[in-house]
Amino acid sequence: MTTIREPLSRPEPRNALQRLGRGFADFIAEVGFASTICFSAIGCFRYAFAPRARAEIVRQLHVCAVKSLPVVSVVAFFIGMILALQIGIELRTYNQEALTGSAVMASMLREMGPFMAGLVLAASVGAAMAAQIGTMAVNEEIAALEILDIDPVRFLVMPRMAALVVAVPMMSFYTCALGVLGGAVVSHTQLAVPWATYFQNAMDFAGEKALWVGLFKAFLFGFVIATVSCHRGFRTEHGAVGVGRATRESVVTNFLLILVVGYFVTRLFY
Amino acid sequence: MIRFEHVTKTFGNGKRVLDDVSFEIAKGEIFTIVGPSGTGKSVTLKHMIRLLTPTSGRVTVGGECVSEATGKALSRIRSRFGYLFQSGALLAWMDVADNVALPLREKTNLTEGEIARRVDAALDAVGLAGEGASMPSDLSGGMQKRAGLARAIVTEPEIVLYDEPTSGLDPVTSRRIDELVSDLSSRLGITSVVVTHDLHSALSISDRIAMLGGGKVLAIEPPASFIRSTIPQARAFLDAQYVTRRGAWEKTTEE
Ligand SMILES: Nc1ncnc2c1ncn2[C@@H]1O[C@H](COP(=O)(O)OP(=O)(O)OP(=O)(O)O)[C@@H](O)[C@H]1O
Ligand SMILES: [Mg+2]
Repeated sequence: MTTIREPLSRPEPRNALQRLGRGFADFIAEVGFASTICFSAIGCFRYAFAPRARAEIVRQLHVCAVKSLPVVSVVAFFIGMILALQIGIELRTYNQEALTGSAVMASMLREMGPFMAGLVLAASVGAAMAAQIGTMAVNEEIAALEILDIDPVRFLVMPRMAALVVAVPMMSFYTCALGVLGGAVVSHTQLAVPWATYFQNAMDFAGEKALWVGLFKAFLFGFVIATVSCHRGFRTEHGAVGVGRATRESVVTNFLLILVVGYFVTRLFY
Repeated sequence: MIRFEHVTKTFGNGKRVLDDVSFEIAKGEIFTIVGPSGTGKSVTLKHMIRLLTPTSGRVTVGGECVSEATGKALSRIRSRFGYLFQSGALLAWMDVADNVALPLREKTNLTEGEIARRVDAALDAVGLAGEGASMPSDLSGGMQKRAGLARAIVTEPEIVLYDEPTSGLDPVTSRRIDELVSDLSSRLGITSVVVTHDLHSALSISDRIAMLGGGKVLAIEPPASFIRSTIPQARAFLDAQYVTRRGAWEKTTEE
């Protein structure tokens, strides 16, 4: 049972140095609290197959995957088109535009797929989670769960995290596929690369390592988005203004962490 | 049953809400807390189940210190309580029946049929029969409050904390809720702590009334002597609702 504690009452910091120290201590405390949420939610995965939890995970999965499909589709297709256009124009100066497919495939699989899927889901699903849990915190619904002795992490975070760690890799794969398709359309219409050449080159470059590392990245983004959004939600205070702030901060923090985590995973494998 | 020992509560912003508060609530009693808005009545209730922790002093429930309890011990203490939040605090994405059934589904091994029966009984008791399929956002404030009340009593806990059970309700429904509170206490021996602004309900159902003001307990008295109180804050509170020293609702000038 993870208790969502009230903030401690402490004397006001008196000078700049104390304020700096307080800020740093608070930051570390929040990171600690967020990690507690993350690891307790992972611990709660053992309840994921209970009938009611399963129903809730399916509901969350529907929100994460099905409902975000339109926006992910548009983003993926246009990213592929933009990549193909930029790379293709550059390659044409060396008469190598036939290789556009390889370049698009490589960059989608390695970076753009997981990255774009992560950003889109953080901005849509993650923001919605922060707002919903934040509203619950403000309305004392979280407190009501605690009193009923229902662990808010098991009840609220676990299904969302389970849905996201499945949905982000799925969306990432889908983004890659649609991006490559978008690239094909541009290569064919703007660069006059035959379909077959484009796809031949693309598939030649579709390395298994790039695919797995990309999916692994997306999988980590799932944990990041669920943890950050729920953490911000739980910490919401001060009514509707607070809910707005929690939503904004969750999106900003998610974006930053997706960049940082993405970089370090790339460092680790390449 | 519930004991406050020199409880002081100062919030993070430096605001002292409770100042050396001590009192004891007996088992089976209906204990009412009255006082002006913002004096810390809800804060007092929240200390009884450790939604808030005292800055100093301690709160015990049946001999166990709730203000220091954590983990399993805290869960055990909390499971003895039902809590009606001032805001109702229903989960917005579940319908009323699912909200009321939540504590039964999560914490007991009852069959769905038995759960449905108890949920219907609880909704009926608060006058919401037939509203089970409504979503909380489609209910009026008073109806949400009563649905919250149904959720608080559906497990028939040992102690029920009511935060303004009749605020926002019409007089007829208010009296019905009063009857429900005293009926639960006499029939099941439930210990009740009621926060209210409704003096009529306080005077008719309470065993004792506590008057809170300025972070202190100003008086704790049975209704009969409470209406004759000479403490200025209590007197003002009584006069404002036309309660004279002789009894309630005699809207006459005294002496
Ligand atoms: N979490 C909190 N942080 C800071 N101050 C708080 C907090 N909760 C309550 N307070 C303060 O404590 C005081 C008492 O609040 P409380 O909700 O107990 O009032 P109340 O007596 O229940 O009033 P009402 O009759 O309006 O419900 C208020 O002044 C409020 O500002
Ligand atoms: Mg209150």
